[in-house]
Amino acid sequence: MRVAPALLAATEPGGQPIHYAAASGVFSLSWLLIVLPLAGAAVLLLGGRRTDRVGHIIGTLAAAASFVLGLVLFAALLGRDGDDRALSQHLYSWIPVNGFRVDVGLLVDQLSIVFVLLITGVGTLIHIYSIGYMAHDPNRRKFFAYMNLFLASMLLLVLGNNFLSLYAGWELVGLSSYLLIKFWEDRPAAATAANKAFYMNRVGDVGLALAIMFMFATVGSTSYADVFGAAAAGVIGYGTLTAIALLLLLGACGKSGQFPLQAWLPDAMEGPTPISALIHAATMVTAGVYLIVRAGPIFDGTQAARTVVVIIGAATILIGCVIGCAYDDIKKVLAYSTVSQIGYMFLAVGLGPAGYALGIMHLLAHGFFKAGLFLGAGSVIHGMDDDQDLRHYGGLWRYMPITWVTFGLGYLAIIGFPGLSGFFTKDRIIETAFDKGGTSGYLLGSIALLGAGITAFYMTRLFLMTFHGKPRWSAEGPAAKHPHESPVSMTGPMIVLAVGSVFAGGLFVLGHSLQDWLEPVAGTGVEGVHTFSPVVLTLLTLVVTAGGFAGAYLRYQMRPVESVARPDTEVTLVTFAARHDLFANTFNETVAMRPGQYLTRFLVWLDLVGIDGLVRGSAAAIGGLSGRMRRLQTGFVRSYALSMLGGAVLVVGALLLVRAG
Amino acid sequence: MNPANYLILSALLFTIGTVGVLVRRNAIVVFMSIELMLNAVNLTLVTFSRINGTLDGQIMAFFVMVVAAAEVVIGLAIILSIFRTRRSASVDDVNLLKY
Amino acid sequence: MNTVPWLTILLIVPAAGAVVVAALPRRHATLAKQLTLGITLAVLVLAVLATFAYDPDKAGFQFGQSYDWISTFGISYSVGADGISLVLMLLAALLVPVVVLSSWDEVDGDATGGGRVPAPTVAPDATGGTPGGSAGGTGSAGGVGPIGVAGEIGGVGGLGGVGGLGGDDLGGGGGSGGGGGSGGTAVALAAPAPARTVTIPPVEARGEAAERHGRRSVPAFFALLLALEAGMIGVFAATDVFLFYVFFEAMLIPMYFLIGSYGPVKEQAQRSYAAVKFLVYSLLGGLLMLAAVIGLYVVSADNLGHGTFDFATLRQMEITPGVQKLLFLGFFVAFAIKAPLFPFHTWLPDAGAQSPTGGAVLLVGVLDKVGTFGLIRYCIPLFPDAADYFAPLVLGLAVVGIFYGALLAIGQRDMKRLVAYTSLAHFGFIALGLFAFTSQAGTGAVLYMVNHGLSTGLLFLVVGFLVTRRGTRDVGAYGGLAKVTPVLAGVFLLAGLSSLALPGTNSFVSEFLVLVGTFTANKPLAIVATCGIVLAAIYVLYLYQRTMTGPVVHEENRVLHDLGLREKVVVAPLVALIVALGVYPKPLLDIIRPTVTATYADIGKSDPAPTHPAAAHPASAQPGGHS
Repeated sequence: MRVAPALLAATEPGGQPIHYAAASGVFSLSWLLIVLPLAGAAVLLLGGRRTDRVGHIIGTLAAAASFVLGLVLFAALLGRDGDDRALSQHLYSWIPVNGFRVDVGLLVDQLSIVFVLLITGVGTLIHIYSIGYMAHDPNRRKFFAYMNLFLASMLLLVLGNNFLSLYAGWELVGLSSYLLIKFWEDRPAAATAANKAFYMNRVGDVGLALAIMFMFATVGSTSYADVFGAAAAGVIGYGTLTAIALLLLLGACGKSGQFPLQAWLPDAMEGPTPISALIHAATMVTAGVYLIVRAGPIFDGTQAARTVVVIIGAATILIGCVIGCAYDDIKKVLAYSTVSQIGYMFLAVGLGPAGYALGIMHLLAHGFFKAGLFLGAGSVIHGMDDDQDLRHYGGLWRYMPITWVTFGLGYLAIIGFPGLSGFFTKDRIIETAFDKGGTSGYLLGSIALLGAGITAFYMTRLFLMTFHGKPRWSAEGPAAKHPHESPVSMTGPMIVLAVGSVFAGGLFVLGHSLQDWLEPVAGTGVEGVHTFSPVVLTLLTLVVTAGGFAGAYLRYQMRPVESVARPDTEVTLVTFAARHDLFANTFNETVAMRPGQYLTRFLVWLDLVGIDGLVRGSAAAIGGLSGRMRRLQTGFVRSYALSMLGGAVLVVGALLLVRAG
Repeated sequence: MNPANYLILSALLFTIGTVGVLVRRNAIVVFMSIELMLNAVNLTLVTFSRINGTLDGQIMAFFVMVVAAAEVVIGLAIILSIFRTRRSASVDDVNLLKY
Repeated sequence: MNTVPWLTILLIVPAAGAVVVAALPRRHATLAKQLTLGITLAVLVLAVLATFAYDPDKAGFQFGQSYDWISTFGISYSVGADGISLVLMLLAALLVPVVVLSSWDEVDGDATGGGRVPAPTVAPDATGGTPGGSAGGTGSAGGVGPIGVAGEIGGVGGLGGVGGLGGDDLGGGGGSGGGGGSGGTAVALAAPAPARTVTIPPVEARGEAAERHGRRSVPAFFALLLALEAGMIGVFAATDVFLFYVFFEAMLIPMYFLIGSYGPVKEQAQRSYAAVKFLVYSLLGGLLMLAAVIGLYVVSADNLGHGTFDFATLRQMEITPGVQKLLFLGFFVAFAIKAPLFPFHTWLPDAGAQSPTGGAVLLVGVLDKVGTFGLIRYCIPLFPDAADYFAPLVLGLAVVGIFYGALLAIGQRDMKRLVAYTSLAHFGFIALGLFAFTSQAGTGAVLYMVNHGLSTGLLFLVVGFLVTRRGTRDVGAYGGLAKVTPVLAGVFLLAGLSSLALPGTNSFVSEFLVLVGTFTANKPLAIVATCGIVLAAIYVLYLYQRTMTGPVVHEENRVLHDLGLREKVVVAPLVALIVALGVYPKPLLDIIRPTVTATYADIGKSDPAPTHPAAAHPASAQPGGHS
């Protein structure tokens, strides 16, 4: 079945041919990456309650096995030449209909292997964490089954060698996300949030699906090799290319919670915290960034689409930051922080080849520190009896030291504390934004810079309100809380992720290691003229960040924090708007939901009264007519005889007439 | 003799039968009128057979006789049973087969 | 191998089975079930064997057989299979045993309900005052019918009354008369007598009979299923247009009795109404088609010198465009009603809601496919110019149907009606694919027919399980069931996901093919239709949310039991196929594709080439092409 495909010669932006070499040796096992977690999910779901006791072990082992295989493949890739690291594996023919041929095939290259390591690595850690976090949940087996399903889908998304495989993974991660958000499905809020996530993702999916159709109609194929080959060769018209790129972007916005489809992500926090960490912070929501980088050859050809990408990125940075300052729910703040951090990644990749690697770099660093932050938040929530309100925390550092330290490191990483990962990656994005030059460069750079400041503000607020200050909870009384450190299975992964948050950035940036690694896929930006010298910019960023920190410190450390938020009537308009998600939900409801409901009601009425009414009306008309007609049937034999006679006379008369005429 | 005379007779008999069916109420009389009509038709058939010099009409007449005989058997039985349940043989008293 | 008369065997086995099962006395209920299951499984095995004997790469019909039937009019018994009809026969052969097993206890279960009121006791009151309902004489139906319908649906006395005719009396009639159809008719014809006079002896005898057989006949139910199977296979196998018409109408009869006699026990008036509506609607279309069939014969007599109904001959015939349009419309309306397409759909929600679960599965799963099958088998190849001319209209109706069906599904509270409306949306996709005239869209549409049978069939089954447990189709009566019945919830979700065409399930392949194929031919339409997939997500997940998630609000729901072994066996093949065909649809595609491609090639349609083909065409990347 698995026959090695031929070398596919396609041209890359630089004009050098990409060789998708046939996967052989250890690479012919790459399908196992997907199948291992998939098998785990299948065993756990089909096995039913019998597997309850070992469910978490099977699930974790499947994830870990996939991670180990990913490491092996990574090592094997390292052993190959720099420009010969893209290996394509044809598995089987999926949908062959004349000109439309879609195969199930995998592409292991520099970009996908990085994602494989992130997904399986962070995934495995979060599996381990969940063993402790979900220990008391009766449905823990299902939880692990869904997580395994997610891993398989996400791996399919990044490993597919054509857009339809990507689309399949794309929708399947949506399904896993749906299943996990509504994991506690007896909570109506969770079920609603899950549905909302799926609907909004579907809106994005429409874009992706249409993009694929455009590709097929234009190029006659959906495989990366063909599409990118054609895009890079410049045979596709600018309009078509822009249309494809914008449709891809719509898909990316849906999945990554970018403006205007950002509203589902904060609601998705209804799911268990490990899910928020894995799916709604580290991996799935960054799929949009992956998509844009993967489709780089398409975006390279259309400046218009790239402009839209940066605009969306910049707008989302601000939206996420502003709202992040207003919420008191620890997970919602982190969710909006995710929204804004992904905004940074969009901003980066929208800048073209210069930013692709930066976007990926920030994505990886973010994967570490945001997953760590969420796990820390989970640990806090766990210790505080499922209370998520920041205003009910305070002074927790004393009670959960490991969480405090690991969370603190993640916090420092995200605000860009010098030396930690966020410092390297975010800094470079700001720098590249300024380097774009012109008014737009200044504008984008300033927004990114401002975002860094606000990020520092709300993350400091979060950190201080949680771990420092006076406790706003009590160990006695009816609402007594007994904060405690989490078990080792939970703190272990947090420590690993904290270490990652500290060192990842440096590892990627120093010596251009990641950039060089990704170069064959992402291309390389031309070293342009620096608007500001890097040193100046770094200092500027630090000053802004420090400003944000100082603001939060003064407000939330020096002054006592109220344990009840001020009511909406007493806050500024900005806070009010931010607390209401900048009216995104209101907007969606007024523009889409309510009219939809009215339309539905109207149509139900129309169907019953209008269309079916017409049907029933004609039936009733015929019925009524026959009601009149049947009165002719008197039952008297003689009247029947008379009418027969009349009929006979008529017929004879007619015959005579015809004869005579 | 002019065959047309037979036809005129037959037409007369048929008309009498028709009027009988239409105006009489007693089922037995109606029945007899029907028989009269049938026999009028028979006469016509035989006449035409004679005119045309073929046997078709006469054969048809035999068929009609057989049918008429069968009809008498069934019809009288029905009338009799109606009379037994209703104590009446008037066709205007039975109109259940309506609507 | 090809000398085996597969299709005739496939046709005779269930037909003979129907006669045998119908002849069983009603006390042999279990025997009837076992016999029916055995027969339907045998048919399934035969159908699978036939599929293996089929050679997809050979053009034209296979397993063909032809015998003169009414030679005066050129009518023959001719059967044959091509890729399209073969997969649909396979679908029918698969769904019937599933339905048989799922209906195992459904008919007996009603016995205690005592749904039937003995006719004579009500008759004088019901019909005495107003001479209502020409055939409403059977009292219970005639009396309750018009009133109930008036209250429920808004007053179609006539229809409701007529419903009484075959509707409720089949239970008694079928049992005493043996054969379902004739028994029902006999009783119905006898019925008017009791309206006025209660003293006539036969009525009392009949009344006692009704008392004695106060239950629905089990053998009759299964005999009807078998008769339906024979009809479905016949309609797909026929290659003589007249024979097709005969089967087309013959299928109505068992379905009519399934709805009218075996629908919800307590909703006698509504199910009579639904049955009659289904019958009248379908007959109306069928008669239009009959006119067109005869027209076709006349045209063929003019063109060829001798009239014929043979499909292969008719297909070669040149018909003038004006005549084509008329004949096309005759066929099209019949198929549009059958499918159904917007705006000919209003019988479907009623019929779907009032059918017994098994009947609904077959109705929506297979019967309705006859409509879409007819479109690609008869409308398009026989009348290519007219198909071209009317294509915009059909495409328009299809797209409207996609949205209309989806929006109405969102707005329903009755679960079976909801599923019926989702089918309307799906049929929109199928019609869209058929009339886009590209091989991708056409193949996708035919595959969609199969997939829709599987996924909507499963959805109906699961909804049926719920309704059996809880006794109501109202969504509001459920909620929070995922906790109580996790397996049922899981299967329900899977069926729903297949219905919304999630990748990895069967429907994705077909839906995407339809959309991508349409896109190459007509971009704006495809773009609009693609937006419909958002609504699909909403109607499926909103239903799931209302029934399965949240807290258990109704105490009765706490004690519902999860799927039993029999029910698991029922859903297992569908679940397995839904996943398997999503991951590896190639075997089916390989059967369907050549026929569809040939059909479109015959009428001079070819796939639009990509505007900027890639330098290295994917064909070179195919396995086997290189090493």
